[in-house]
Amino acid sequence: MATIDIDAPGTSQLFIGNEAIARGALEAGIGFAASYPGTPSSEIMGSLAPIAKKMGIYAEWSINEKVAMEAAAGASFAGIRALASMKQNGVNVVSDFLANLVIAGIGKGGLVLISCDDPSAISSSNEQDTRPIAKWLDIPLVEPGTFQEAKDMTKWLFDLAEKTGTLCMLRSVTRIAHARGNVKLGELPKKEQKAYFDQIHDLRNVMPTTFMPVPSALRHAFLHLKLDKAQEKFESSPFNYYVGPDKADLLIITCGSCWLYSQDAVKALKLEDKVGILKLGTLWPLPEKFVEKHLNKSRKILFVEEIDPFLERSVMEMVANLPADSPRPTFYGKRSKHINAYGELNPDLVIKAIASITSITYQPRDVEYGKKAEEFSKSSVPERSMTFCAGCPHRATFWAIKNALKLDGRDGIVTGDIGCYSLALGPAGFFQVRTMHCMGAGAGIANGLGKLGQFGFNQPVLAVCGDSTFFHATIPALINGIYNQSNFILVILDNNATAMTGFQPHPGTGMTAMGEPTKVVSMEALCRSLGARVEICDPFDLESTTATLLEMMAEGGGAKVAIMRRECELVRGKKEKPPYKVHVDPDKCIGEACGCDRLCTRVFLCPGLVWDKKVGKSKIDEVICTGCGVCTDICPQGAIIKEAA
Amino acid sequence: MTIKQLVKDPLNLIITGVGGQGNVMISLIIGNALVKEGYLVTIGETYGASQRGGPVMSHVRISRETQYSPFIPDGHADIILGMEPVETLRMMRQFGNPAIVTIINPRPIYSIDVTGGQAEYPDLDKLMEAIKELSAKTWIVNATEEAQKMGSPIFANSILIGALIGSGVLPLDEKSVEPILQETFPKEIEANMKAFNKGIELVKQ
Repeated sequence: MATIDIDAPGTSQLFIGNEAIARGALEAGIGFAASYPGTPSSEIMGSLAPIAKKMGIYAEWSINEKVAMEAAAGASFAGIRALASMKQNGVNVVSDFLANLVIAGIGKGGLVLISCDDPSAISSSNEQDTRPIAKWLDIPLVEPGTFQEAKDMTKWLFDLAEKTGTLCMLRSVTRIAHARGNVKLGELPKKEQKAYFDQIHDLRNVMPTTFMPVPSALRHAFLHLKLDKAQEKFESSPFNYYVGPDKADLLIITCGSCWLYSQDAVKALKLEDKVGILKLGTLWPLPEKFVEKHLNKSRKILFVEEIDPFLERSVMEMVANLPADSPRPTFYGKRSKHINAYGELNPDLVIKAIASITSITYQPRDVEYGKKAEEFSKSSVPERSMTFCAGCPHRATFWAIKNALKLDGRDGIVTGDIGCYSLALGPAGFFQVRTMHCMGAGAGIANGLGKLGQFGFNQPVLAVCGDSTFFHATIPALINGIYNQSNFILVILDNNATAMTGFQPHPGTGMTAMGEPTKVVSMEALCRSLGARVEICDPFDLESTTATLLEMMAEGGGAKVAIMRRECELVRGKKEKPPYKVHVDPDKCIGEACGCDRLCTRVFLCPGLVWDKKVGKSKIDEVICTGCGVCTDICPQGAIIKEAA
Repeated sequence: MTIKQLVKDPLNLIITGVGGQGNVMISLIIGNALVKEGYLVTIGETYGASQRGGPVMSHVRISRETQYSPFIPDGHADIILGMEPVETLRMMRQFGNPAIVTIINPRPIYSIDVTGGQAEYPDLDKLMEAIKELSAKTWIVNATEEAQKMGSPIFANSILIGALIGSGVLPLDEKSVEPILQETFPKEIEANMKAFNKGIELVKQ
């Protein structure tokens, strides 16, 4: 199967949207790409990094999104086309830099920001639309409606960035980023690139005059001229088009993956002759003349878009400015509650909206069949809840935390962060984690809780974060805790990978995105240099980990660090055989008579441990068990036995 | 290139199972074979939250005319390739219709809700009866069992791809899939081809 560097112009390949974006960047001749992993954006860098060396470009996983964007801007200033990609939360992290960058302008090399939003927050802590950020910060914005457009738009955006001298943004969503479709390839450029920061001429965008600094307000006015230029280009963009009859009963205005859903819905309802679709690819600034030309297609307009009513408000704003005698259509969308203002859309939700507006009844399938399918499924489709993998070190860590907090007896609190360990909000981590916000927030919140002693606060505070999260955003919070003597323990769950997003390397791993060995940034050396007490635990040693945490809680004082060090089982399992062969001794396991209330299968919840209903005892599922042996230490009867494999 | 007419356009295929079983790999192989034949293919997958042990599905939509969305509308699946029986029924509940055909590996995988005691796994015979009752045609393919005989449960995937091709429900034949299998499993091609052919044999019996 083809990788994104395949030199086969004109052929059609099956790419996910993220690969299409990366291919578009290659076809545009980028020289520099930087990113921080985050679902659903990770495969953009994930597909660029392995081929970067061969293609003569530079690609990196940066420590966080802000540094990624700043690094990419550096390349732009030296005349190299550069890309920064991230998920929606990343754009928040970068926003301060963006607000300044747009006022200053980019360098000679086109600079593009890719933001992948996650409607329904399938793999996110929050649901958020980044399109309003583009409007808020005056950034020209596009959104692909197909996989082909994901490639073509990305390529085109570098030209636009250079022609306007401003940063351009492409917003994608999960169902483009992570869905697969046909992409017809273009040529790959074969020219050599030279980087040079020309301090006189290349800064023409950074400052409109070359001889003296220009006041920010004037540069802001200049930015608006750049936006006008972008709008002019958008008016004739091939990424905006209308499909449908000249006079329609209903006009849908849509963008992104909703273009695909709208098309599916109109087809499913067989309304191709009655419902028109105006598909927009260039979203901000709105191509007003183009939109106005199509507004008279119908007196009813339905906006189909995910999360915020972005197009809905932009078009309403535009219509408010039309001459008083212009026709006023009736608008349907999020304001009228025909389209949800939260969550992902799909063809069925669009069908529902169209059916409701046009008073059509829609039957997706034979009614009797539907009843039968529902009847058969009622008690036959058990849930499949998410859990830590078999052999995951996090399960052991939270078991130790749970027991340490219980032994301490002061109702200790665990603040959480972003990663696999967020699952500890639920049964997988025994409901130990109480907060989850943005990257680094766990330690930040712990800083506040840890300073409440004067108000009688005596609860121990543990802040958990992963190794990649530690480097991304936790270090300032730790320094704050040491400086201001806040009483909390930062528990770093170091599994030596950015596991949740696909095992990307980070500064602690000794490996770069392009696969080169590099210096290892030691988190313990760093923390000790700050003056923190640092303890390193093996979470698989439940007894000693519990004792260490208990003792650290009792000590009190300023911020301390406990590092839980164990490699992610999914990484280890690919390299090595299981360390132990584990089994349950049926003579020792006394089942329900034990009084443990099935601690191993009901509470510990490792998928490798199953309850054998027939004999009323626990057993190991040998296909799933990874042989970590941790469960041998939780059984009160000592019935789970490990033997060296 | 002349592209074979489809019995229905779009042709909607769901591949379903449990995270870690390999449904993305199957959809990739089938999808790439279809694109090589000139079809427009859209595949929507379960990503991210689909950690090991979660329910997963791939929606594969095949057309000669247009690029469809990555979601099959409710009640509009034409074919389900079920790698696990409960997950097959879960998909039929939402996407099934009287004309649907199913190809199923009857080997159950229990969830933590089942092992933890919050949920019950249904009686397998009754479950398979329900799936048959809801399908216009069903092929039961003991893929895991056959794969274990071949040395590893991992070969179940190539067996199921073989079954899908052998059943004739897709506009693909052995010749269009073989080169993709070669590319995907360059080192274990012999064993995977054997598994693939086994799958074809199992549905032709």
